[in-house]
Amino acid sequence: MTIKGKAYIAGIFEHPTRHAPDKSTAQLHAEVAKGALEDAGISKDDVDGYFCAGDAPGGAWPMVDYLGLNTRKLRHVDSTETGGCSYIIHLGHAAEAIAAGKCSIALITLAGKPRTGVMPPRAAGAEADFESAYGATTHNAYGMCAMRHMHDYGTTSEQLAWIKVAASHHAQYNPHAMLKDVVTVEDVLNSPMISDPLHRMDCCVVSDGGGALIVTTPEIARSLKKPLVKLIGHGEAMKGPRGGKDLDLTYSAGIWSGPRAFEEAGITPKDIKYASIYDSFTITVLMQLEDLGFCKKGEGGKFVADGNLISGVGKLPFNTDGGGLCSNHPVNRGGMTKILEAVRQLRGEAHPKVQVKNCDLAIAHGTGGLLGVRHAASTAILERV
Amino acid sequence: MSEAKKYPAPVTNPETAAFWDAAKQGKFMIKRCTACGEAHYFPRAICPFCYSDKTVWEESSGEGTIYTYSLMRKSPTGPYAIGYVTLKEGPSLQTNFVDCDLTTLKIGQKVKVVFKPTDGAPLPFFTAA
Repeated sequence: MTIKGKAYIAGIFEHPTRHAPDKSTAQLHAEVAKGALEDAGISKDDVDGYFCAGDAPGGAWPMVDYLGLNTRKLRHVDSTETGGCSYIIHLGHAAEAIAAGKCSIALITLAGKPRTGVMPPRAAGAEADFESAYGATTHNAYGMCAMRHMHDYGTTSEQLAWIKVAASHHAQYNPHAMLKDVVTVEDVLNSPMISDPLHRMDCCVVSDGGGALIVTTPEIARSLKKPLVKLIGHGEAMKGPRGGKDLDLTYSAGIWSGPRAFEEAGITPKDIKYASIYDSFTITVLMQLEDLGFCKKGEGGKFVADGNLISGVGKLPFNTDGGGLCSNHPVNRGGMTKILEAVRQLRGEAHPKVQVKNCDLAIAHGTGGLLGVRHAASTAILERV
Repeated sequence: MSEAKKYPAPVTNPETAAFWDAAKQGKFMIKRCTACGEAHYFPRAICPFCYSDKTVWEESSGEGTIYTYSLMRKSPTGPYAIGYVTLKEGPSLQTNFVDCDLTTLKIGQKVKVVFKPTDGAPLPFFTAA
Protein backbone atom coordinates (compact mmCIF):
# COMPACT_ATOMS: atom_id res chain seq x y z
CA MET A 1 0.00 0.00 0.00
CA THR A 2 1.17 3.50 -0.76
CA ILE A 3 -0.04 7.00 0.03
CA LYS A 4 1.11 8.22 -3.38
CA GLY A 5 -1.47 10.62 -4.77
CA LYS A 6 -4.04 9.76 -2.11
CA ALA A 7 -3.91 13.04 -0.22
CA TYR A 8 -3.89 16.67 -1.39
CA ILE A 9 -2.89 19.83 0.44
CA ALA A 10 -5.96 21.99 -0.08
CA GLY A 11 -5.34 24.78 2.38
CA ILE A 12 -2.29 26.59 3.76
CA PHE A 13 -1.73 29.52 6.05
CA GLU A 14 1.34 31.13 7.53
CA HIS A 15 0.80 33.59 10.34
CA PRO A 16 2.28 36.94 9.30
CA THR A 17 3.37 37.75 12.86
CA ARG A 18 6.92 37.27 14.05
CA HIS A 19 6.32 38.98 17.41
CA ALA A 20 3.04 38.40 19.23
CA PRO A 21 3.18 39.79 22.79
CA ASP A 22 -0.53 40.57 22.64
CA LYS A 23 -1.75 37.08 21.71
CA SER A 24 -1.99 33.70 23.43
CA THR A 25 -0.44 30.54 22.00
CA ALA A 26 -3.87 28.88 21.68
CA GLN A 27 -5.13 31.99 19.91
CA LEU A 28 -2.32 31.73 17.36
CA HIS A 29 -3.34 28.10 16.74
CA ALA A 30 -6.92 29.25 16.14
CA GLU A 31 -5.80 32.05 13.82
CA VAL A 32 -3.72 29.71 11.65
CA ALA A 33 -6.50 27.08 11.63
CA LYS A 34 -8.98 29.74 10.48
CA GLY A 35 -6.53 30.98 7.86
CA ALA A 36 -5.92 27.53 6.36
CA LEU A 37 -9.64 26.66 6.35
CA GLU A 38 -10.43 29.95 4.56
CA ASP A 39 -7.62 29.31 2.08
CA ALA A 40 -9.14 25.92 1.29
CA GLY A 41 -12.73 27.13 1.35
CA ILE A 42 -13.73 24.56 3.96
CA SER A 43 -15.82 24.99 7.13
CA LYS A 44 -14.29 24.01 10.45
CA ASP A 45 -17.39 21.92 11.04
CA ASP A 46 -16.29 19.56 8.26
CA VAL A 47 -12.85 18.84 9.78
CA ASP A 48 -12.74 15.16 10.79
CA GLY A 49 -9.02 14.80 11.52
CA TYR A 50 -6.80 16.94 13.78
CA PHE A 51 -3.02 16.84 14.10
CA CYS A 52 -0.84 18.78 16.51
CA ALA A 53 2.50 18.41 18.33
CA GLY A 54 4.14 19.53 21.55
CA ASP A 55 3.56 23.23 20.85
CA ALA A 56 -0.24 22.84 21.16
CA PRO A 57 -1.21 23.91 24.70
CA GLY A 58 -2.32 20.83 26.62
CA GLY A 59 -2.14 18.55 23.58
CA ALA A 60 -4.88 17.31 21.28
CA TRP A 61 -8.00 17.19 23.41
CA PRO A 62 -7.75 20.69 24.91
CA MET A 63 -6.96 22.04 21.42
CA VAL A 64 -9.86 20.23 19.75
CA ASP A 65 -12.15 21.74 22.35
CA TYR A 66 -10.59 25.22 22.24
CA LEU A 67 -10.69 25.32 18.46
CA GLY A 68 -14.37 24.44 18.50
CA LEU A 69 -13.91 21.52 16.14
CA ASN A 70 -16.99 19.44 15.42
CA THR A 71 -16.59 16.52 17.83
CA ARG A 72 -19.55 14.69 16.30
CA LYS A 73 -17.55 14.50 13.10
CA LEU A 74 -13.91 14.39 14.33
CA ARG A 75 -12.78 10.78 14.08
CA HIS A 76 -9.00 10.83 13.77
CA VAL A 77 -6.43 12.50 16.05
CA ASP A 78 -2.61 12.36 16.00
CA SER A 79 -0.31 14.21 18.38
CA THR A 80 2.99 12.74 17.21
CA GLU A 81 5.78 14.85 18.72
CA THR A 82 9.10 14.83 16.88
CA GLY A 83 10.17 18.45 17.39
CA GLY A 84 10.51 20.64 14.34
CA CYS A 85 9.67 17.94 11.79
CA SER A 86 6.43 16.93 13.57
CA TYR A 87 4.29 18.63 10.94
CA ILE A 88 5.97 16.85 8.02
CA ILE A 89 5.33 13.58 9.85
CA HIS A 90 1.73 14.74 10.45
CA LEU A 91 1.33 15.33 6.72
CA GLY A 92 2.36 11.74 6.02
CA HIS A 93 0.16 10.39 8.80
CA ALA A 94 -2.79 12.44 7.52
CA ALA A 95 -2.28 10.90 4.08
CA GLU A 96 -2.19 7.42 5.64
CA ALA A 97 -5.40 8.12 7.54
CA ILE A 98 -7.08 9.53 4.42
CA ALA A 99 -5.93 6.55 2.32
CA ALA A 100 -7.33 4.20 4.98
CA GLY A 101 -10.64 6.07 5.10
CA LYS A 102 -10.11 7.16 8.70
CA CYS A 103 -10.66 10.85 7.91
CA SER A 104 -11.24 13.04 4.86
CA ILE A 105 -10.38 16.59 5.96
CA ALA A 106 -7.37 16.87 8.25
CA LEU A 107 -6.26 20.05 10.00
CA ILE A 108 -2.62 20.36 11.15
CA THR A 109 -1.63 23.34 13.32
CA LEU A 110 1.60 24.76 14.72
CA ALA A 111 1.93 27.96 16.74
CA GLY A 112 3.81 29.46 19.64
CA LYS A 113 5.66 32.33 21.22
CA PRO A 114 9.33 31.64 21.97
CA ARG A 115 10.04 35.40 21.79
CA THR A 116 7.29 36.61 24.08
CA GLY A 117 6.13 33.61 26.11
CA VAL A 118 7.30 30.63 28.09
CA MET A 119 8.35 27.55 26.14
CA PRO A 120 7.23 24.23 27.66
CA PRO A 121 10.20 22.15 28.90
CA ARG A 122 11.08 18.96 27.06
CA ALA A 123 10.40 15.79 29.07
CA ALA A 124 13.54 13.97 30.28
CA GLY A 125 14.59 10.74 28.57
CA ALA A 126 16.42 7.75 30.04
CA GLU A 127 19.71 9.49 29.21
CA ALA A 128 19.04 12.52 31.42
CA ASP A 129 21.46 11.72 34.27
CA PHE A 130 24.20 10.96 31.74
CA GLU A 131 23.79 14.02 29.54
CA SER A 132 21.71 16.89 30.90
CA ALA A 133 24.53 18.40 32.98
CA TYR A 134 26.64 18.92 29.85
CA GLY A 135 24.48 21.72 28.48
CA ALA A 136 23.63 20.48 25.00
CA THR A 137 21.77 23.29 23.22
CA THR A 138 20.78 23.62 19.61
CA HIS A 139 23.83 25.80 18.91
CA ASN A 140 26.47 23.48 20.29
CA ALA A 141 24.77 20.23 19.24
CA TYR A 142 24.74 21.42 15.62
CA GLY A 143 28.19 22.92 16.15
CA MET A 144 29.47 19.44 17.02
CA CYS A 145 28.07 18.11 13.72
CA ALA A 146 29.66 20.93 11.76
CA MET A 147 33.01 20.45 13.51
CA ARG A 148 33.13 16.77 12.61
CA HIS A 149 31.87 17.37 9.07
CA MET A 150 34.68 19.87 8.54
CA HIS A 151 37.18 17.38 9.97
CA ASP A 152 36.04 14.45 7.82
CA TYR A 153 35.25 16.25 4.56
CA GLY A 154 37.07 19.58 4.60
CA THR A 155 33.83 21.55 4.68
CA THR A 156 34.52 25.24 5.34
CA SER A 157 32.79 28.13 7.11
CA GLU A 158 32.73 29.94 3.76
CA GLN A 159 30.72 27.12 2.23
CA LEU A 160 28.28 27.11 5.14
CA ALA A 161 27.95 30.88 4.80
CA TRP A 162 26.66 30.49 1.22
CA ILE A 163 23.52 28.86 2.65
CA LYS A 164 22.73 31.99 4.68
CA VAL A 165 23.62 34.18 1.71
CA ALA A 166 21.13 32.30 -0.49
CA ALA A 167 18.40 32.55 2.17
CA SER A 168 18.99 36.29 2.48
CA HIS A 169 18.67 36.77 -1.28
CA HIS A 170 15.20 35.25 -1.03
CA ALA A 171 14.17 37.01 2.19
CA GLN A 172 14.57 40.47 0.63
CA TYR A 173 11.32 39.82 -1.26
CA ASN A 174 9.34 38.54 1.75
CA PRO A 175 7.63 41.50 3.47
CA HIS A 176 7.12 39.42 6.61
CA ALA A 177 10.75 38.23 6.91
CA MET A 178 12.53 39.20 10.14
CA LEU A 179 15.85 39.71 8.37
CA LYS A 180 15.43 41.28 4.93
CA ASP A 181 18.98 42.48 4.29
CA VAL A 182 21.02 40.62 1.71
CA VAL A 183 24.24 39.44 3.34
CA THR A 184 27.60 38.29 1.99
CA VAL A 185 29.86 35.40 2.89
CA GLU A 186 32.10 37.93 4.68
CA ASP A 187 29.14 39.20 6.72
CA VAL A 188 28.51 35.67 7.96
CA LEU A 189 32.17 35.01 8.76
CA ASN A 190 32.45 38.35 10.56
CA SER A 191 29.39 37.74 12.73
CA PRO A 192 30.22 36.68 16.30
CA MET A 193 31.16 33.06 16.96
CA ILE A 194 28.32 31.47 18.95
CA SER A 195 29.44 27.87 19.31
CA ASP A 196 32.38 26.76 17.23
CA PRO A 197 32.32 26.60 14.26
CA LEU A 198 28.89 28.25 13.95
CA HIS A 199 28.63 32.04 13.74
CA ARG A 200 25.56 34.04 14.64
CA MET A 201 24.54 34.19 10.98
CA ASP A 202 24.78 30.41 10.72
CA CYS A 203 21.85 30.32 13.17
CA CYS A 204 18.15 30.75 12.44
CA VAL A 205 15.98 33.45 13.95
CA VAL A 206 13.73 33.05 16.99
CA SER A 207 10.19 34.07 16.18
CA ASP A 208 6.61 33.90 17.36
CA GLY A 209 4.06 32.71 14.86
CA GLY A 210 2.67 29.57 13.34
CA GLY A 211 1.13 27.87 10.36
CA ALA A 212 -1.52 25.37 9.38
CA LEU A 213 -2.42 22.89 6.64
CA ILE A 214 -5.61 21.31 5.36
CA VAL A 215 -5.04 17.84 3.90
CA THR A 216 -7.88 16.11 2.11
CA THR A 217 -8.95 13.50 -0.43
CA PRO A 218 -8.39 13.94 -4.19
CA GLU A 219 -12.17 14.22 -4.68
CA ILE A 220 -12.66 16.98 -2.12
CA ALA A 221 -9.55 18.84 -3.33
CA ARG A 222 -10.94 18.83 -6.89
CA SER A 223 -14.21 20.32 -5.64
CA LEU A 224 -12.34 23.33 -4.21
CA LYS A 225 -10.88 26.35 -5.99
CA LYS A 226 -7.16 26.14 -5.21
CA PRO A 227 -4.46 24.78 -7.53
CA LEU A 228 -4.03 21.06 -6.85
CA VAL A 229 -1.01 19.88 -4.89
CA LYS A 230 -0.69 16.23 -3.95
CA LEU A 231 1.61 14.23 -1.71
CA ILE A 232 3.38 11.54 -3.71
CA GLY A 233 6.04 10.33 -1.29
CA HIS A 234 6.73 10.43 2.41
CA GLY A 235 9.39 9.16 4.78
CA GLU A 236 10.24 9.36 8.44
CA ALA A 237 13.18 8.13 10.50
CA MET A 238 15.03 8.57 13.78
CA LYS A 239 18.67 8.49 14.82
CA GLY A 240 20.61 8.65 18.09
CA PRO A 241 23.97 7.65 19.59
CA ARG A 242 22.77 4.00 19.86
CA GLY A 243 24.64 3.10 23.01
CA GLY A 244 27.69 4.94 21.73
CA LYS A 245 28.47 2.40 19.00
CA ASP A 246 30.03 3.71 15.76
CA LEU A 247 29.07 7.30 16.49
CA ASP A 248 28.83 9.33 13.28
CA LEU A 249 27.48 12.88 13.47
CA THR A 250 28.13 13.65 9.80
CA TYR A 251 24.81 12.22 8.66
CA SER A 252 21.23 12.48 9.87
CA ALA A 253 18.11 10.36 9.87
CA GLY A 254 17.36 12.06 6.54
CA ILE A 255 19.63 9.43 5.02
CA TRP A 256 16.73 7.00 5.65
CA SER A 257 13.62 9.22 5.42
CA GLY A 258 14.72 10.70 2.08
CA PRO A 259 15.14 7.47 0.08
CA ARG A 260 11.85 6.17 1.51
CA ALA A 261 10.05 9.24 0.20
CA PHE A 262 11.78 9.22 -3.19
CA GLU A 263 11.08 5.52 -3.65
CA GLU A 264 7.40 5.99 -2.91
CA ALA A 265 7.21 8.98 -5.25
CA GLY A 266 9.06 7.10 -7.98
CA ILE A 267 11.36 10.03 -8.69
CA THR A 268 14.97 11.01 -7.89
CA PRO A 269 16.51 14.17 -6.42
CA LYS A 270 17.39 15.28 -9.98
CA ASP A 271 13.65 15.66 -10.71
CA ILE A 272 13.10 18.16 -7.87
CA LYS A 273 12.56 21.77 -9.00
CA TYR A 274 12.33 23.36 -5.56
CA ALA A 275 13.57 22.28 -2.12
CA SER A 276 12.34 23.40 1.29
CA ILE A 277 15.05 22.23 3.68
CA TYR A 278 14.81 22.89 7.41
CA ASP A 279 17.50 25.46 8.15
CA SER A 280 17.80 25.61 11.91
CA PHE A 281 21.47 26.18 11.14
CA THR A 282 23.46 26.33 7.92
CA ILE A 283 25.01 22.93 8.71
CA THR A 284 21.50 21.43 8.95
CA VAL A 285 20.87 22.31 5.30
CA LEU A 286 24.26 21.08 4.10
CA MET A 287 23.90 17.71 5.81
CA GLN A 288 20.29 17.26 4.66
CA LEU A 289 21.17 17.98 1.03
CA GLU A 290 23.79 15.24 1.21
CA ASP A 291 21.53 12.83 3.07
CA LEU A 292 18.66 13.36 0.63
CA GLY A 293 20.95 12.58 -2.29
CA PHE A 294 21.21 16.01 -3.95
CA CYS A 295 24.98 15.47 -3.83
CA LYS A 296 27.37 12.86 -2.50
CA LYS A 297 28.20 12.66 1.21
CA GLY A 298 30.98 15.12 1.93
CA GLU A 299 30.34 17.23 -1.18
CA GLY A 300 27.63 19.41 0.36
CA GLY A 301 30.08 22.28 0.80
CA LYS A 302 30.84 22.43 -2.91
CA PHE A 303 27.15 21.95 -3.75
CA VAL A 304 25.89 24.95 -1.77
CA ALA A 305 28.71 27.35 -2.74
CA ASP A 306 28.55 30.13 -5.31
CA GLY A 307 24.82 30.71 -5.12
CA ASN A 308 23.69 27.23 -6.15
CA LEU A 309 20.69 27.51 -3.79
CA ILE A 310 19.55 30.95 -5.04
CA SER A 311 16.36 30.95 -7.11
CA GLY A 312 17.07 32.01 -10.69
CA VAL A 313 20.82 31.62 -10.16
CA GLY A 314 21.62 28.11 -8.97
CA LYS A 315 20.52 24.60 -9.78
CA LEU A 316 18.49 23.96 -6.62
CA PRO A 317 16.39 26.91 -5.41
CA PHE A 318 15.78 26.45 -1.68
CA ASN A 319 13.72 28.16 1.03
CA THR A 320 12.48 30.94 -1.23
CA ASP A 321 10.61 32.58 1.67
CA GLY A 322 13.92 33.23 3.41
CA GLY A 323 13.49 30.16 5.60
CA GLY A 324 14.35 29.97 9.26
CA LEU A 325 17.66 31.70 8.65
CA CYS A 326 15.92 34.94 7.62
CA SER A 327 12.11 34.83 7.66
CA ASN A 328 10.76 33.01 10.69
CA HIS A 329 11.06 29.94 12.88
CA PRO A 330 7.78 29.70 14.76
CA VAL A 331 8.13 27.92 18.11
CA ASN A 332 11.70 26.96 17.18
CA ARG A 333 10.14 24.42 14.79
CA GLY A 334 10.77 24.71 11.08
CA GLY A 335 8.82 21.83 9.57
CA MET A 336 5.51 23.58 8.95
CA THR A 337 6.93 26.59 7.13
CA LYS A 338 8.90 24.23 4.88
CA ILE A 339 5.67 22.64 3.65
CA LEU A 340 3.97 26.03 3.26
CA GLU A 341 6.59 27.49 0.93
CA ALA A 342 6.77 24.25 -1.08
CA VAL A 343 3.00 24.46 -1.65
CA ARG A 344 3.28 28.14 -2.62
CA GLN A 345 5.93 27.23 -5.18
CA LEU A 346 3.81 24.43 -6.63
CA ARG A 347 0.74 26.69 -6.75
CA GLY A 348 2.75 29.45 -8.39
CA GLU A 349 2.05 31.69 -5.40
CA ALA A 350 5.64 32.38 -4.36
CA HIS A 351 6.96 35.91 -4.77
CA PRO A 352 7.51 36.54 -8.52
CA LYS A 353 11.20 37.29 -7.88
CA VAL A 354 11.75 33.83 -6.41
CA GLN A 355 9.02 31.77 -8.09
CA VAL A 356 10.58 28.74 -9.79
CA LYS A 357 9.43 28.38 -13.38
CA ASN A 358 7.31 25.34 -14.18
CA CYS A 359 7.61 24.15 -10.59
CA ASP A 360 5.91 20.76 -10.68
CA LEU A 361 7.91 18.74 -8.12
CA ALA A 362 9.04 19.96 -4.71
CA ILE A 363 10.48 18.48 -1.55
CA ALA A 364 9.82 19.58 2.03
CA HIS A 365 12.24 18.06 4.50
CA GLY A 366 12.93 18.66 8.15
CA THR A 367 14.58 17.37 11.27
CA GLY A 368 13.48 17.58 14.89
CA GLY A 369 15.37 17.33 18.15
CA LEU A 370 19.13 17.82 18.14
CA LEU A 371 21.07 16.64 15.10
CA GLY A 372 24.15 16.12 17.28
CA VAL A 373 22.32 14.09 19.92
CA ARG A 374 18.94 12.46 19.11
CA HIS A 375 16.64 13.49 16.33
CA ALA A 376 13.91 12.62 13.89
CA ALA A 377 13.68 13.45 10.20
CA SER A 378 10.79 13.53 7.78
CA THR A 379 10.59 14.02 4.04
CA ALA A 380 7.57 14.90 1.92
CA ILE A 381 7.53 14.98 -1.87
CA LEU A 382 4.80 17.08 -3.42
CA GLU A 383 3.57 17.35 -7.00
CA ARG A 384 1.49 19.95 -8.79
CA VAL A 385 -1.39 18.27 -10.59
CA MET B 1 34.77 29.63 33.45
CA SER B 2 34.15 29.39 37.13
CA GLU B 3 35.71 26.36 38.84
CA ALA B 4 32.81 26.55 41.27
CA LYS B 5 30.25 25.86 38.53
CA LYS B 6 27.45 23.91 40.15
CA TYR B 7 26.32 20.73 38.43
CA PRO B 8 22.95 19.05 39.06
CA ALA B 9 22.95 15.89 41.16
CA PRO B 10 21.99 12.74 39.25
CA VAL B 11 18.47 11.57 40.06
CA THR B 12 19.56 7.90 39.68
CA ASN B 13 17.25 4.91 39.40
CA PRO B 14 17.48 1.14 40.05
CA GLU B 15 18.91 0.50 36.57
CA THR B 16 21.81 2.93 36.97
CA ALA B 17 22.41 3.09 40.74
CA ALA B 18 25.55 0.91 40.53
CA PHE B 19 27.13 3.43 38.13
CA TRP B 20 26.68 6.27 40.61
CA ASP B 21 27.79 4.16 43.57
CA ALA B 22 31.00 3.39 41.69
CA ALA B 23 31.40 7.05 40.73
CA LYS B 24 31.47 7.87 44.45
CA GLN B 25 34.53 5.58 44.63
CA GLY B 26 36.12 7.38 41.67
CA LYS B 27 35.40 4.52 39.28
CA PHE B 28 34.00 5.15 35.80
CA MET B 29 31.80 2.24 34.76
CA ILE B 30 30.41 1.07 31.45
CA LYS B 31 28.18 -1.88 30.67
CA ARG B 32 29.18 -4.86 28.54
CA CYS B 33 26.92 -7.56 27.17
CA THR B 34 28.25 -11.06 27.81
CA ALA B 35 26.01 -12.46 25.07
CA CYS B 36 27.23 -10.35 22.10
CA GLY B 37 30.38 -8.94 23.68
CA GLU B 38 29.56 -5.30 22.90
CA ALA B 39 30.15 -2.50 25.39
CA HIS B 40 27.66 0.37 25.58
CA TYR B 41 27.08 3.73 27.27
CA PHE B 42 24.99 5.09 29.00
CA PRO B 43 24.30 1.89 30.90
CA ARG B 44 21.18 -0.19 30.29
CA ALA B 45 19.95 -3.42 31.84
CA ILE B 46 19.07 -4.82 28.41
CA CYS B 47 21.79 -4.75 25.74
CA PRO B 48 20.69 -2.18 23.09
CA PHE B 49 22.39 -4.26 20.38
CA CYS B 50 21.23 -7.86 20.96
CA TYR B 51 18.53 -7.42 23.62
CA SER B 52 20.18 -9.89 25.97
CA ASP B 53 19.74 -9.19 29.67
CA LYS B 54 23.22 -10.62 30.34
CA THR B 55 24.84 -7.20 30.74
CA VAL B 56 27.56 -6.70 33.36
CA TRP B 57 29.33 -3.68 34.85
CA GLU B 58 32.93 -3.11 33.78
CA GLU B 59 35.34 -0.44 34.96
CA SER B 60 36.42 1.70 32.02
CA SER B 61 40.00 2.87 31.62
CA GLY B 62 38.50 6.37 31.51
CA GLU B 63 40.77 7.04 28.54
CA GLY B 64 39.62 8.06 25.12
CA THR B 65 39.87 10.51 22.25
CA ILE B 66 37.77 13.51 21.25
CA TYR B 67 35.32 12.56 18.47
CA THR B 68 33.98 16.10 18.15
CA TYR B 69 33.42 19.20 20.26
CA SER B 70 31.97 22.70 20.20
CA LEU B 71 32.99 25.62 22.37
CA MET B 72 29.90 27.51 23.53
CA ARG B 73 31.26 31.06 23.74
CA LYS B 74 28.63 32.47 26.12
CA SER B 75 26.30 31.09 28.75
CA PRO B 76 24.99 32.26 32.13
CA THR B 77 27.87 30.28 33.72
CA GLY B 78 30.50 31.27 31.18
CA PRO B 79 31.97 29.48 28.16
CA TYR B 80 31.97 25.68 28.12
CA ALA B 81 33.03 22.96 25.74
CA ILE B 82 30.67 20.12 24.95
CA GLY B 83 31.78 17.11 22.95
CA TYR B 84 31.84 13.39 22.41
CA VAL B 85 34.64 11.13 23.60
CA THR B 86 35.25 7.70 22.12
CA LEU B 87 36.45 5.48 24.96
CA LYS B 88 39.30 2.98 24.54
CA GLU B 89 36.67 0.29 25.18
CA GLY B 90 34.65 1.47 22.15
CA PRO B 91 31.55 3.40 23.14
CA SER B 92 31.31 7.14 22.51
CA LEU B 93 29.65 9.42 25.02
CA GLN B 94 28.62 13.02 25.48
CA THR B 95 30.58 15.11 27.98
CA ASN B 96 32.14 18.46 28.76
CA PHE B 97 35.85 19.14 28.63
CA VAL B 98 37.16 20.77 31.79
CA ASP B 99 40.36 21.84 33.57
CA CYS B 100 42.28 22.35 30.32
CA ASP B 101 42.70 24.95 27.59
CA LEU B 102 39.34 24.90 25.80
CA THR B 103 40.67 26.99 22.91
CA THR B 104 43.12 24.30 21.79
CA LEU B 105 40.81 21.27 21.79
CA LYS B 106 41.23 19.05 18.74
CA ILE B 107 39.42 16.11 17.24
CA GLY B 108 41.52 13.02 18.01
CA GLN B 109 43.05 14.57 21.12
CA LYS B 110 43.63 12.14 24.02
CA VAL B 111 41.51 12.79 27.09
CA LYS B 112 40.79 11.12 30.42
CA VAL B 113 37.90 11.03 32.83
CA VAL B 114 37.70 13.31 35.85
CA PHE B 115 34.84 13.51 38.34
CA LYS B 116 33.21 16.72 39.55
CA PRO B 117 31.18 16.90 42.75
CA THR B 118 27.46 17.56 42.94
CA ASP B 119 25.08 17.51 45.90
CA GLY B 120 24.68 13.80 45.12
CA ALA B 121 26.96 11.41 43.20
CA PRO B 122 29.85 12.99 41.27
CA LEU B 123 29.55 13.47 37.50
CA PRO B 124 32.11 12.29 34.92
CA PHE B 125 33.86 14.88 32.75
CA PHE B 126 36.94 14.68 30.55
CA THR B 127 40.18 16.63 30.54
CA ALA B 128 43.35 16.65 28.43
CA ALA B 129 45.36 13.45 29.04
